[in-house]
Formats: sequence, structure tokens, C-alpha cells
Amino acid sequence: MSVKLTITRQMEEIAQEHGKILAPLRDDLVLLDSGLDSLGFAVLVARLEDKLGVDPFTASEEAVFPVTFGDFVKVYENGAH
Amino acid sequence: MARTEAPALRQCIGPAERFLFDRHTRARLLDLTDGTSLAGRLAELAGKSLLVATSSQLTTALALIELDGIARRLTILPPDIDPGHFAAIIAGADIDSVVLDRNSPTNTAFERLGRVICTADVAPARQLPAPSRITEWVMLTSGTTGVPKMVVHSVAGLTAAFSQRKIDDDVVWATFYDIRRYGGLQIFLRAVLGGTSLVLSSSGEPVVEHLERLGRHGVSHLLGTPTHWRRALMSPAIGKISPRYVRLSGEIADQAILDSLRKAFPAAVVSHAYASTEAGVAFEVRDGLAGFPAEFVERVRDGVEMKVLEGSLRIRSPRAATRYIGTGAALSDGDGFVDTGDVVELRDERYMFAGRRGGIINIGGLKVHPEEVEAVINRHPQVRMSLVRGKKNPITGAIVIADVVLNETGQKSETSDGGRDLNRVKGEILQHCRDVLPRYKVPAAISIVPALDVAATGKLVRHYG
Repeated sequence: MSVKLTITRQMEEIAQEHGKILAPLRDDLVLLDSGLDSLGFAVLVARLEDKLGVDPFTASEEAVFPVTFGDFVKVYENGAH
Repeated sequence: MARTEAPALRQCIGPAERFLFDRHTRARLLDLTDGTSLAGRLAELAGKSLLVATSSQLTTALALIELDGIARRLTILPPDIDPGHFAAIIAGADIDSVVLDRNSPTNTAFERLGRVICTADVAPARQLPAPSRITEWVMLTSGTTGVPKMVVHSVAGLTAAFSQRKIDDDVVWATFYDIRRYGGLQIFLRAVLGGTSLVLSSSGEPVVEHLERLGRHGVSHLLGTPTHWRRALMSPAIGKISPRYVRLSGEIADQAILDSLRKAFPAAVVSHAYASTEAGVAFEVRDGLAGFPAEFVERVRDGVEMKVLEGSLRIRSPRAATRYIGTGAALSDGDGFVDTGDVVELRDERYMFAGRRGGIINIGGLKVHPEEVEAVINRHPQVRMSLVRGKKNPITGAIVIADVVLNETGQKSETSDGGRDLNRVKGEILQHCRDVLPRYKVPAAISIVPALDVAATGKLVRHYG
């Protein structure tokens, strides 16, 4: 499964668990408009570490704050290498 | 009792034109000098113990300004509190009447109390009673299992960190916090005493709109938890604000978030502060580095003394709460030191925060006792025992995860059906957690493990830090 698809699946699952409605995940979607809140993203990062074996936010020396869904996927695609 | 110390909040208003803003409306503070948001019922509330259960921060702010110096005791209900605790809070704080607003939910626990409605519209009042007493302010803690602890403060103690009253003409305060919790209440009082406007947060407001609103009001001083700030930095609207003063508190401020904020606001002072509902504001760190200099502990600074005992930070301070109510527990030790429960480690002449003693997990400023979550998980018929712990997280500082040991019935599902039953058990446990716990306490992940370490004392071995 591609990194992007894994992220999409996880976001859908978390939105459902948290009773949130997920916006269509286009690359230019602003993450904060996706329907997930801080707690939702915290869970997402934890689950993705499980699935993809990497937490690029903690691994990176410098803090990264992705703004769009596309940015977020890129952080993981780069982190997975 | 005659007032002897600082003026009551209403007496601090004016002469400058200042406002409280929320998402929908604003309140002109000068209107309160000869007006009321409580339908002129102030006189009958004199000397009463009141529960402030207003649904919006704006009406809360107005009620608090009016009632300081009038009521005997003001107990402030934080948002998201479990209504199941209302009866115990009302009994513990000896509540006479409840202050509500139009949108406050009804609750049977309020039925026997007097009711006062607070509105955001301040109406002219013919005659207002003069403040005549020192009101007790009661805050509720977030870090307890069961009924929150009720912590008694005075305005003098709450505002001791900024006691010199000077009017800041070009300052506009704002906070991501809710003013019904300690961190936010500090800023509310600072704005009122400092004669500045204050922009309140509104629950449910999208981050972009909130940041745009802060920018529009020219907010110069902005405070929040590291989690609040990380969320703001993820917003395309971060450029809408240009604060001169940025402060973090309520959670461990790591170097990454401090560096990111300095980069985002190069002209601003970026500081982090340490405060707790019980110990009050202890110190502020302005050197841009995580942790705090060891010399803070060796000296008395602004009347605040600190020591590290058995690994945790202890504070003796004129800003600390005076006592708990509704419990026999002591707030401080015999010498007047409050044990914060925050574990610190000395590295290179600097103390670094290493988490909470007792394994308490801090999720974006909200505290979770592992035992409370474990109790819920352990109710599942196929669970023998569980261990809940925090896992470091780059968004909220930490997140809750659980290790679960199944009993004989549960272990059968482990071996049968290629693990599909196991996923069902995990799903059931999580669903049960979601049904009875607030969202931040629900484990983000559950691992089924063969065993957990049990110490000779018969207690689970918990690894902290």
C-alpha cells in the first residue's frame, strides 16, 4: 500500500472513531480543515509510526509543521526513505 | 469583612476604552462601571457562594468582574467537566446559587439552587452594591480521578505575578486557553488589572478564523500550550498574527517548539512559564531554551522558593492556592511547599522536565491518570489486566496507549480465527473506552501482550519518564 493510501485509510478510520466528518483529501486541503483536531493528528502520527515504522516529526532535527495534506504526505514519503 | 487589599475587579475598569471580544460579540468594559450583566441582581448575591456555570467565556468574564468583592465564594466550572460531578462540587463548595447564561445546559443538580442569568449585554443599573469583602475564588483541577479537586485562591494571589498595576496602552492580550482554567484565568485577570483589551477563544471556532480574528484585533501578547502553538503553526493563517510576546505553558515546552516560534515571530519575545493550579505561577524562562536554569532553584525569586525533593519540583509561593475544599487533603507540606508532581532532572546546570510522577499523562495540557483508563479497560470480560502509559507525541506532547493481558477466555480468541477475534476484542475495548471516557483519555493504540511486570508488592511495574 502506498504511503498516501495508508495515511488516507488511517485518517478515515480516526475521523470515524472520533465522530468527525473528514473532508475530501485533496493535496491542497489545509490539514486543519480536514476535520481532525490536534488529538486526531496526535493519534494519526502514533498509528502511522506503527504502520510505516517512522515518526518523521520526532525523528527530524528541526520541527516540521505541514500545512496541507500534500505537505503531510511528503513528510512521510521523505521520512520513509 | 471589610476589604483590605487590592481593589475589586470592577474598580479596576477604566478610564481607557477597553473590550472583551469573542467570536460573535464584544463587551465594553466601561459599561460595567455603572451597569450589570446580571439583571441588577447583585445585591441579593452579596455574601453568597456561587457556582459560575456560564457556557461562554465572555459571560463568565462579565460575571466574574461583577461578582468579585460581592460574593463570598466564586467556584468556576471549567468547560467539558463531567456533569456527574456537579452534585459533589455543589456540596463541597457549599453553593447557594448558580450563575448561568442563555446556552448553559440544564442539570438536575442545579434544581435546588438559586439561579442568576448572565447576559453579554450590559444594561445600565440604578444602584450597584459596593464591593465589601475578599471573595474566595475556587478553581477545579484537571488532574484527578473522580471529582476534580477544588482549589481556593484569592485575587491577590492570582495576580501576584503582575502586581504592579500599570496601564499598557498598546497591549492587547489573547490566549488560546479557556479563562475558566488557571492558565486562562491568569490572562483574564492580567488584562482587567492592566487595563487592556482581551480577545477570548471560542470553542468550535476554526483555527484560521481564530487567527484572523486575533490579527484583526491587533493582539500583541498571545499565550497557549505547546499543543495550541503547534496547531497554530500548522495553519496557513499563522501569518495573520504578529505578536510581540509569545508564551507557552501548561505542558513541557521542548526546544523544537521554542525554535519554531522564534523562527515564525523573529521580533517577538518567546518565553515559557511554569504554573499549576495549586502552586500558581512559579517562573518564566526567557532565554529561548527548554527547561530552566539551576539557579532558579537556589534563590528566592519574587517571593517564590523552589526545591527539588525526591526528583519532583516543590514550590513555596505567595501565588500558591491557600487550600483545598471538599477534602481533608493538604495542599502543601508542613513547610508550605506544594509538591507539583513534575519530575525534573539536572543536566548541565539546567533543570529539564521529565514528565509527571505517578505516571500522569499530559495530553495537550489535560491530565490523564493511567489507573482511570485501566479501570475502564479491565471491565471488558476478556481482560485480565492492563497497563496504560503515555507515549511521546510531536503534536500533543503525549498520547495514551495501553498494554492489555487477556484472561483464559480472551486467550482463546488470540489463537482462533487467525487473530480476527483479537481485533474484535481490541475494537470492543476501544468502543467501551469511547463510550465512558472523554476522547483524550481513550488509548490511541492497544497492544495485546502475554504478561505485564508485577512487583513484589503486587503492583504493576510502571516505567516513568
